[in-house]
Amino acid sequence: MRPTEALDRIFREEHGLVLASLVRFFHDLDLAEDTLQEAVTTALRSWADVGVPDHPAGWLLTVARRKGIDQLRRRRNFARVSALLAEPGFTEAPEPAEEYAVPDERLRLMFTCCHPALSLEAQVALTLRTLGGLTTSEIARAFLTTEATMYQRITRAKKKIALAGIPYAVPVREQLGERLDAVLAVIYLIFNEGYSGSAGSDLVRLDLCREAIRLSEMVAALMQTEAEPAGLAALLCLIDSRRQARLDEQGELVLLEDQDRSMWDRSLLGQGRVWLDRALAAPGPIGPYVLQAEIAATHGAARNAADTDWARIVYLYEELASARPTPVVALNHAVAVAMWQGPQVGLDLLEPLADGLARYQPFHAARGELAARAGRRNVAIESFAKAIELSANEVERRHLERRLSAVRSLNP
Amino acid sequence: MQYMLLIYEDETEEARLSSEEQQASIGRHIELARRLRQENRLLAADPLQPAATATCVRVENGRVVLTDGPYAETKEQLAGFYLVEATDLDQALADAAAIPSAARGIVEVRPILDLQA
Repeated sequence: MRPTEALDRIFREEHGLVLASLVRFFHDLDLAEDTLQEAVTTALRSWADVGVPDHPAGWLLTVARRKGIDQLRRRRNFARVSALLAEPGFTEAPEPAEEYAVPDERLRLMFTCCHPALSLEAQVALTLRTLGGLTTSEIARAFLTTEATMYQRITRAKKKIALAGIPYAVPVREQLGERLDAVLAVIYLIFNEGYSGSAGSDLVRLDLCREAIRLSEMVAALMQTEAEPAGLAALLCLIDSRRQARLDEQGELVLLEDQDRSMWDRSLLGQGRVWLDRALAAPGPIGPYVLQAEIAATHGAARNAADTDWARIVYLYEELASARPTPVVALNHAVAVAMWQGPQVGLDLLEPLADGLARYQPFHAARGELAARAGRRNVAIESFAKAIELSANEVERRHLERRLSAVRSLNP
Repeated sequence: MQYMLLIYEDETEEARLSSEEQQASIGRHIELARRLRQENRLLAADPLQPAATATCVRVENGRVVLTDGPYAETKEQLAGFYLVEATDLDQALADAAAIPSAARGIVEVRPILDLQA
């Protein structure tokens, strides 16, 4: 393997883990990020000369730790240097997982980063950036905001961590509950980014989807009295079951209602239903993830789009809107109503959302679709054009361009 | 690190507490202060006289301007403080939660800016 290939692979698969280890070792996020960066630079030079080591991730970890200790020496922080050198983690493999309330290293660090002294949004953004392997621009898109704003938010969160002395301490079992919302949000957004990559040419980034499902199932197994973790696991499995049907043979996007449902992954569908049953049986309160999983399961139970129980889906979106009244939920509700009662009814529901979702590509795509069906050619053209302008994903953009030219070819 | 724990309370509500409730509250303050002192982490702690006793001072063009009353006219007013030494924010937050006023009002936790660092 060439050094750059090896580093690419690590960045894809193990970056979060190496960083997690370093954060745990230094108890300092900035130092961990800095030293990992330095170690990567060193690796590029050294591996080109002597070849890629057997355990590249372990190599990076060791080099980064040494560089961190050197940095602290230069800063004359001798107390910390000797404390770090005395830590068993310096020479040995990570300690056995049973000691912790959370058995997985990456998940543990997610719970650690989601400190309740930070705002929920800051917790999620910071965790996505450091452990989810997402770039600032991908996170900005997930939050419907600009990269500059998101950069500021992450910087502010890091500053508070340093100045207020927020520790990177692994939370004990009793503290997991108050951090659960943020951790679930992080996992959900990692999946989302994987399922419809906001940048680049692949629509689906499998590694992110798989990792998100793995993490959600682990949280669900860990917190069995809560409904929402199992709801999230159910939701992700159910959505992911449609992956094969989402793209046609040419790699073009196929909308839910046009998908060949025989291509849906039965085993993932089944797995999703099992998690949903567990969620509904759990004593904890039902929230947005369980409701969304029920929506996905309702789609999963229908033979085709026309056969779908749209009345139930509209009802579930109304429940969801009262649990989480966001413009994105209102958008989905409007589309479900349109499927049930006709496109013009849906369009009327969309209009009041236009300001809040001005930069949200799916809003314009949905408006274009409903306008086309309602025979409102000009609105459809204008909406699809706006959606194309906002789309950063090539597969998605090609789909929108096909829709735009189909609408243009209609007689005005 | 050092943290200032600022206690904010609604004074009218405090005045409505029964004398047993007041005694219980004072008892918990004393207990907390004793524990912090034992752990060698208590730097200072005191209650304040009511906000009505406050005077605000500004210097405008070299002239001292005084106003009667607290700086902010809010329902909750600064009622007292603890200055503690803590290993990190989590420990300081646990100290704050042990202050009896946290159950009735709000305790704001602020790290002290260390000029030596």
